[in-house]
Amino acid sequence: MTYAIQANNLARQFGSVRAVNDVSLAVEPGEVFGLLGPNGAGKTTLVRLLNGVIEPSSGTARVLGFDPAAQGGDVRRNTGVLTETPALYERLTARANLTFFGTLYGVPEAELPRRVAELLERFGLAERADDRAGGFSKGMKQRLALARTLIHQPKVLFFDEPTAGLDPEAALQVTTLIEDLSRQDGRTVFLCTHNLEEAQRLCDRVAVINQGRLLAVGTAQQLARGLWHGLWVDVTLYADPGAAFIPHLRTIPGVLDVTGDGLTFAVQVQAQADVPQLVAGIVTAGGLIVRVSPREHSLQEIYFRLQQEARS
Amino acid sequence: MNWRIIRAIVRKDLLEVRQNGMAWKPMVILPLIFVVVLPLIVILGPKLFNFPADALTSDPDLQGFLNNMPPAMKAQLDGLDSHQMAIVMLLGFMFAPMLLIIPVMVASVVGTESFVGEKERRTIEPLLYTPATERELFVGKMLAALLPALGLTWLSFLAYTFILNVVGAPVMGRFWFPSLVWLPMMLWVAPAIAFMGMTAAVLVSARTNTFMEAYQTTGMLVLPVILLVIGQATGVIYLNVTGALVIGLVLWLVDAELLWFALRIFSRARLMARV
Repeated sequence: MTYAIQANNLARQFGSVRAVNDVSLAVEPGEVFGLLGPNGAGKTTLVRLLNGVIEPSSGTARVLGFDPAAQGGDVRRNTGVLTETPALYERLTARANLTFFGTLYGVPEAELPRRVAELLERFGLAERADDRAGGFSKGMKQRLALARTLIHQPKVLFFDEPTAGLDPEAALQVTTLIEDLSRQDGRTVFLCTHNLEEAQRLCDRVAVINQGRLLAVGTAQQLARGLWHGLWVDVTLYADPGAAFIPHLRTIPGVLDVTGDGLTFAVQVQAQADVPQLVAGIVTAGGLIVRVSPREHSLQEIYFRLQQEARS
Repeated sequence: MNWRIIRAIVRKDLLEVRQNGMAWKPMVILPLIFVVVLPLIVILGPKLFNFPADALTSDPDLQGFLNNMPPAMKAQLDGLDSHQMAIVMLLGFMFAPMLLIIPVMVASVVGTESFVGEKERRTIEPLLYTPATERELFVGKMLAALLPALGLTWLSFLAYTFILNVVGAPVMGRFWFPSLVWLPMMLWVAPAIAFMGMTAAVLVSARTNTFMEAYQTTGMLVLPVILLVIGQATGVIYLNVTGALVIGLVLWLVDAELLWFALRIFSRARLMARV
């Protein structure tokens, strides 16, 4: 399979600091891939390496089949990068900003004005197209920066902390736009963030990074399975089934542990496949079920558990 | 090299400078003083303010200049009255190196704004993520600094020529400016000086991250030009055609060396490492 992004033991050293340390990952075309980590974890350095802006100390990478270290221009022609700050030319108008970058990305001269107008419209900036970017709100600046990353219709998008410093409303707007870009336009998205809610909402898979090293890669469920033994299921009953009920639950195949008593309790089973058997066992024992809810670990729990394990 | 990209960079940089009053106002004020105010004082001053024209040439330094002047240059002053002599000495000879402050100042200000300004405002990062090659980025930014520097220098020279000949005609009785030495000064030395201002801005930008810090450093480039003015005023050096050609050659050799260093510094990885 040809991956949109692939890194093999990629590393980058700055003096004595190893900013990116033997990172290996693969992102499929059309996937939204999240790179989660604290500030200084190596996320931005990895984006720079994957775009051929800096060279790796060791290891290799491929973006859309191109080697960023040797074919940086080809990579950058097909990628769009939203930097941590909008970094707009604030003395220029929104239209001039997009036109300038469209030219640098090689958008044909005859097509450029139409494409600029479309993007300004799409990102709700058409009415302010000829105003200087310096007078825009933070949210508007970020939307203009997003439009800039799309001016050449790249296949792969890199977003570096896209909602950092935005108020909740502006952050939601930007998140929705990113969601549309991946779900509707089918672009590959590589999202660097420490906003775990944003990652949970947008990403198909995530990688957690700390001090340049990847701690884990996978879907939230895959990561949770690797961190916690078994699956906890919360159960609520309509009536108290009596003292013999809980010891009976422990005899059901697949059940590892039971906590709580009375009407509400939690059962730990080996895997999700054991849940139907648990429900059947409760009913057989005379339990009147109101609710059975397998516990899902949030990305936040997963993230902090991974970071804690890395520290220890 | 893709000239569409280079043109876009030049246009964008010049537009940014035009929008930044702090950058372009000093660049316009200084030439106005050199090209308009000083010549008008020398030409019209004695009549308007009723002071003797001898006062302009009686300064001991100017006397030194006059006494040590080579015979060929001295011949140009033969038969002139004191006011005419003051005009030819001050405006024809001594202010020649002063006009060279314009290219070095403009090239270093625009170059600093262009290279360091992008770093200071972090706009260099999206720029480096584009497929534009390092050479295209460098040439674009180089031209953005050189074109206004040379444009303003040559425009100032034309205005200077116009004022000296038209306003000075009633005093001089003829069109007398420019003398031959001005041609190598404007076409050979001025471009070399502008180029030096630009390469210095690139070199300084590698070590500084703020416009003001870089501007203070590149501002020191004006010093050699000022030394040239002082040297000429005190009669230590006299600029003739050969002298101007030699000075230009030395400057171009220095430029070549500076360019070599600048090109080594101007790499994506180096620029990104400091963002």
